[in-house]
Amino acid sequence: MKYNSYRSEKIAFTILFAATFLVVLPVIFIILMIIQKGYSVISWEFLFTMPAKGMREGGIWPAIVGTLYLVLGTLIFALPLGVLSAIFLTEYAKNNALTRLVKLAIINLAGVPSVVYGLFGLGIFVMFLKFGASILAGSLTLAIMVLPIIITTTKEALESVPQSFREVSLSLGTSKWETIRFSVLPYALPGILTGVILAVSRAAGETAPILFTVAAFYLPKLPESVFNQVMALPYHLYVLSTQVPNVDIRLRYGTALVLLMLVLSLNLMAIVVRAKFRKKKKW
Amino acid sequence: MSLKNFKEALIEKIIFLSGIASIILVILIFIFLAKEGLSLFKSVHLGDFLLGRRWHPISEPPQFGVLPLILGSLFVTLGAAVISVPMGIASAIYIAEVAPPRMKEILKSGIELLAAIPSVVLGFIGMTTLVPFVKHHLNLPTGLTAFSGSVMLAFMAMPTIVSIAEDALTAVPQKYKEAALALGATRWQAIHRVILRAASSGIVAAVMLGIGRVVGETMAVMMITGNAVRMPTSLFQPVRTLTATIAAEMGETVRGSAHYHALFAIGIVLFVITFVINLIADWAVHRKLK
Repeated sequence: MKYNSYRSEKIAFTILFAATFLVVLPVIFIILMIIQKGYSVISWEFLFTMPAKGMREGGIWPAIVGTLYLVLGTLIFALPLGVLSAIFLTEYAKNNALTRLVKLAIINLAGVPSVVYGLFGLGIFVMFLKFGASILAGSLTLAIMVLPIIITTTKEALESVPQSFREVSLSLGTSKWETIRFSVLPYALPGILTGVILAVSRAAGETAPILFTVAAFYLPKLPESVFNQVMALPYHLYVLSTQVPNVDIRLRYGTALVLLMLVLSLNLMAIVVRAKFRKKKKW
Repeated sequence: MSLKNFKEALIEKIIFLSGIASIILVILIFIFLAKEGLSLFKSVHLGDFLLGRRWHPISEPPQFGVLPLILGSLFVTLGAAVISVPMGIASAIYIAEVAPPRMKEILKSGIELLAAIPSVVLGFIGMTTLVPFVKHHLNLPTGLTAFSGSVMLAFMAMPTIVSIAEDALTAVPQKYKEAALALGATRWQAIHRVILRAASSGIVAAVMLGIGRVVGETMAVMMITGNAVRMPTSLFQPVRTLTATIAAEMGETVRGSAHYHALFAIGIVLFVITFVINLIADWAVHRKLK
């Protein structure tokens, strides 16, 4: 009996181990494959020149620039709104129905499919507010999509600042906002930064929300205003893989590699910031 | 009122407005989907839309039956769930309860890495590896099938399922496990008879959110399921999902046309499905707290 239950434990643990490795191994395989097949096209020219010959040659510079603009635009809208929203939830909100509703809304925003964000952006920003397909419309759409990421990470960061910091500050006669501004926010900054980096990584990698709000198939020149369309890395990879026949496969892998490296290095940065923050914390 | 008080009051107003912005945004999303989508039903019956078997948006007269698309999404989602739910929960158990600390960190980073890979990159890799593999080894005319989509989506749902289920398992009080072990249970008996049961609500939430992710996934699905609009009868043929239809067709529609409104109506269907899934997940989590 004893022997049997230990043997079944061994079998069970082996199965669990196998399942986990079946999940994790392909991740490593995919990343290594993209690096191996993509690195040979990566060059100064590939990164910093315009596409040529129907995108079958040349570089991906406009897609890189477009993604940078979009990410910047996304942050301009999502960062203040997300941080203030998190401040509301941790510092001001009472335990009532409204707060519960706000939390439910955030959970739902996080669950809305990315293509539905694209529809919403098309309906409100492109058509209703008449921004047209533009950096402005695309950034606003992406900003709403990453808002839940910034709110939840900022909220965690604010909650990790000890209550005594607030009490000491308030006891010295400062107002509630001054307390938050000078005694809470500075200590939550690394946590907020983690959220920002993760939001940037998400915004840089998403395709569906920008399909109808900003992304352009091909543009001969770089954007000049926020009302211009741009090319973007994820959409460019989609276009190269499905819309343009007879593209050198290495060009596709090269584009995938640049996008992957951008996103993974951002995530790595978030991990490092978080780890440093945890180590430095002295309270 | 002094200037300082005024400033304080102003800031509080701004913070309050930002706080409820999420509610406003959810409502706005619904309003704008409804505004553009519901106009379809001036010319098309709701029943013909939801149960119609033909999606021919640009033929004359156009037909807007989304049943093949709903079934396409359902096939791909069920296929993905069959693979990802057992594997995801197994991985969560291994990471939370069995793996030694260092291994645990490595595996968790691996899962986080997977969550970070953009869906268009996974779609691209699916096209170059999974699709030819399925075609070749299952002897099919094309590898662009619901099955390929299910496999890729199962993989993409993994980070959601594993991380939330792992949190749920870790949140089970240590004393439950200790009590089971003290009574002479093996570690495995303690896991599957005590810990898994105690964490069941969180695991339900993990599964629901994972399914929500699968239903809403767009790019990878569009790139590897073949996009054939017809009533699916098997997992091993090309299908078209709800999400892929919007993404593939919106670029070519005339703004304001019936086709344009029909794509927004599909958006409403997706929004409602994910909303319900999220509500169930939220309900599961809060049931646990009681």
